[in-house]
Amino acid sequence: MIMQEQAWEGFRGDQWRRAIDVRDFIQTNYTPYLGDDSFLAGPTPRTLTVWKQCEALLLQELKKGILDVETHIVSGIDNFAPGYIDRDNEVIVGLQTDAPLKRIVNLYGGTRMAESALEQYGYSLDPEIKSHFSQYRKTHNEGVFDAYPARTRAARHAGLLTGLPDAYGRGRIIGDYRRVALYGIDRLVEEKKKDLDRLDGPMDEARIRLREEVAEQIRALGEMKRMAARYGVDLSRPAQTAQQAVQAVYMAYLAGIKENNGAATSLGRTATFLDIYIQRDLDRGLLTEEGAQELIDQFIIKLRLVRHLRTPEYNELFGGDPTWVTESIGGMTIGGRPLVTKTCFRYLHTLTNLGSAPEPNLTILWSEHLPQPFKTYCAKMSIRTDSIQYENDDAMRPVYGDDYAISCCVSAMAVGKQMQFFGARCNIAKCLLYAINGGVDERTGETIVPGIRPILDEVLDYESVRDNYEKVLAYAAELYADTVNIIHYMHDKYAYEASQMALHDTQVERLTAFGIAGLSVAADSLSAIRYARVKPVRNEKGVAVDFVTEGEFPKYGNDDDRADGEAVFVVRTFSRELKKHPLYRGAKHTLSALTITSNVMYGKKTGSTPDGRKLGEPLAPGANPMHGRDVNGALASLNSVAKIPYRDVCQDGVSNTFSIVPEALGRDEEQREANLVAILDGYFCQGAHHLNVNVMHRETLMDAMDHPEKYPSLTIRVSGYAVNFSRLSREQQEEVIKRTFHATV
Amino acid sequence: MIGRVHSMESMGLVDGPGVRAVVFLQGCPLRCLYCHNPDTQGAGGTETDSAQLVDRLLRFRSYFDRSGGGVTFSGGEPLAQPDFLLDCLRRLKAAGVHTCLDTSGVGRGDYSQILAHTDLVLYDVKHPCPEGYRAITGRTMDATLDFVEAVRRSGVPMWVRHVVVPGLTDGPDHMARLRDYVATLPRVERVELLPFHKLGAHKYEKLGRPDPLAYTPPMEAALCNQLQQTWFSQWNTRFHAKKGDAV
Repeated sequence: MIMQEQAWEGFRGDQWRRAIDVRDFIQTNYTPYLGDDSFLAGPTPRTLTVWKQCEALLLQELKKGILDVETHIVSGIDNFAPGYIDRDNEVIVGLQTDAPLKRIVNLYGGTRMAESALEQYGYSLDPEIKSHFSQYRKTHNEGVFDAYPARTRAARHAGLLTGLPDAYGRGRIIGDYRRVALYGIDRLVEEKKKDLDRLDGPMDEARIRLREEVAEQIRALGEMKRMAARYGVDLSRPAQTAQQAVQAVYMAYLAGIKENNGAATSLGRTATFLDIYIQRDLDRGLLTEEGAQELIDQFIIKLRLVRHLRTPEYNELFGGDPTWVTESIGGMTIGGRPLVTKTCFRYLHTLTNLGSAPEPNLTILWSEHLPQPFKTYCAKMSIRTDSIQYENDDAMRPVYGDDYAISCCVSAMAVGKQMQFFGARCNIAKCLLYAINGGVDERTGETIVPGIRPILDEVLDYESVRDNYEKVLAYAAELYADTVNIIHYMHDKYAYEASQMALHDTQVERLTAFGIAGLSVAADSLSAIRYARVKPVRNEKGVAVDFVTEGEFPKYGNDDDRADGEAVFVVRTFSRELKKHPLYRGAKHTLSALTITSNVMYGKKTGSTPDGRKLGEPLAPGANPMHGRDVNGALASLNSVAKIPYRDVCQDGVSNTFSIVPEALGRDEEQREANLVAILDGYFCQGAHHLNVNVMHRETLMDAMDHPEKYPSLTIRVSGYAVNFSRLSREQQEEVIKRTFHATV
Repeated sequence: MIGRVHSMESMGLVDGPGVRAVVFLQGCPLRCLYCHNPDTQGAGGTETDSAQLVDRLLRFRSYFDRSGGGVTFSGGEPLAQPDFLLDCLRRLKAAGVHTCLDTSGVGRGDYSQILAHTDLVLYDVKHPCPEGYRAITGRTMDATLDFVEAVRRSGVPMWVRHVVVPGLTDGPDHMARLRDYVATLPRVERVELLPFHKLGAHKYEKLGRPDPLAYTPPMEAALCNQLQQTWFSQWNTRFHAKKGDAV
């Protein structure tokens, strides 16, 4: 109790002391910062020493693919010996394994996937582990395939549903890692034990399962404490200093990435929380600005080293070895105060001190009402580093409150109060072909959607296609919901994320995030059928394998309501159909238009479409218009995407990537910053949801494709995340380069 | 009213202040050697209704209002379609949108009416001297000087723009003459030297016309910037002082 008093000395407020309530702690204690970036400090010698060693390792890793894998131990919170980069100079400690960039084998998602990942890099699993694990332990992947019906297997095989987390960790769960710093683990365990006691009554399936989970959470918290203790870090009590607070948040996060290999394992919203500790230490004279920046720089270094072992199939979907350590920065309180603090600047300043990098995935929660100097600073860092994405706080705050964070690319969730069941995506461009071809797959000739009458007209009739399309989308939505329900049932059963869920409220709200790929192709195809003449070219089996389109038609991306309206029709229809189907654990339906780099792979599996796209060509990423079809400039393109409804429809996110050459953004740096701020304000005030910003030359990318060694840290934003360009496959690189660059000068 | 529009760029960030939509009108009486939009010179373009065009432009208001931007009419030569231009300008001003006219000052019509609905003129000075002007444009300077007088009477502020072509308009004598000439122009707020570039070269090829400057290299942007600072900083002080503060 005395220790706790000491740790909380100088903090205001009462509610957060009585119950676990980090939001209340932030609201009552943070200091908004309305100034500019002039206070920021450079990196300390210690930081530079540590980072230099990391850079050398990262370069080696880039050449080899992966640096190393631990093959004798499987994943777990406290399964690995402590590891260091440079012990004397590390201010924040902790690595996933006993060495930097050494990856973990996680077998709980599926053993075959893990083995294939090892194989591609020339490693093999410890034979003893291999035999014991498969003998005694069933995996998530095995569970899912035990339960999948034939219709799911067929849809998966045809590429209607792809990227499903049925053979790897689902990710997208953000623990409230701040709780460990604020309360210490002993208090968190105490609260969880109370919850467990309260979870009594008739032992139905839901209650039994939750009881078991809370017990696992309590166990995980203990392991977290032991893992940290091996580094000499005591997590049992609340953090007393800024250093301890940063260290505790990191240790809590680290436990999650030792235990799990989820596609996206995001950090949450930590900057303003940590600012309270930093400000207290600055006020007490315990810390200087250099010291404060050192804590953040060294924390960010650790986040840049997060790795997971991935298979080639996974890399094809999500290119560039991303981990989505997404940190959400900024935003406003529901009372209208900016949640911008000096530490928000310090996080972004790591891009200057350490150079640009794809991770952590720095995400600005943009509001019209953010302080102007902060907006300008964000624009400046975007222009310099291409490492920042923007999401509309004014659109999300009314839905998720003011203590939500972005997981992965675009998925908002209230930190510690909501979790997400990640559902990958459904190819709605392919659905349109099924509408034309009577549910028969254009590549395999197999019937994927039963009960659809093929359209045999010489020239496609819009109304008949639309009727059929609604039927196909209805079928796909049901199949998709069923499939995702199976996946998360099994994931909870065989690969439960105990350490991350321990940092959630016990009565957590669940969101199931569905997704779509091929939005612009579907919209343009419908527009072509409606406003031009589209004649299918049928093969000997009568399946339309190509289309001859005569005449002009409006295209999505030109602020033309005729084409944009088709896109809105598609998302509204699919969202409505999904919501007809109840979800596992009473989860709420959400939907995103987000593809990451999977639009390339989806395109490969999709036949020619009426919009003129040919078999195998990539789909446009996320909600982006198809490259080259937005011919009225960037604002028209942004306006089209802004029409895709967020609230209640695409409430998991509408991803848009915007690339512009610096000269087109303005004549000098100051003008470019001001213009970028105006573009962001003008876009988001229309209710748009997300924007990636790249300010660079196409020639730079072309040169980087041929000379990757010249650009070891070239970072670009792609559909909701940032990647190191050199880590993309050639195909993915070419697709990125093809995308519209706004270059008018 | 129907006019002929070459194209629209919804995000122009270098043609006037702030974030702007730029409308390129079809047709131009000049045949400048360094024209990078030769496809806008002759007949053609899309017949466009002014009311519909303005409706589309107003959809970008959210960007204009936040940046001090608006709509710029360029071309071609916007003054070559004075009635259509005036109708568009009137409609935009009625909606409270900032308007820019990007012109070489060679056109027809009642400039006073057009300028009454124009907030800023981006005046393209082809050359400060009659001989040079004729060499570049193929015309005498009389027409553009009439426009300058109209601008003087209207009181509309002006940004001067001048294309710097290596070997043609980049020498110190030329710069000195240009500076003296700019000093005679009314209400000049800014002078922008634009480096000659080759992005229009393929358009000549497409049009089957010889590119008059096919063998001229592009102007180095840094060098062009330097010329601007050396010769025209007196008009751009506000701008430079601000930039200095930020550093």
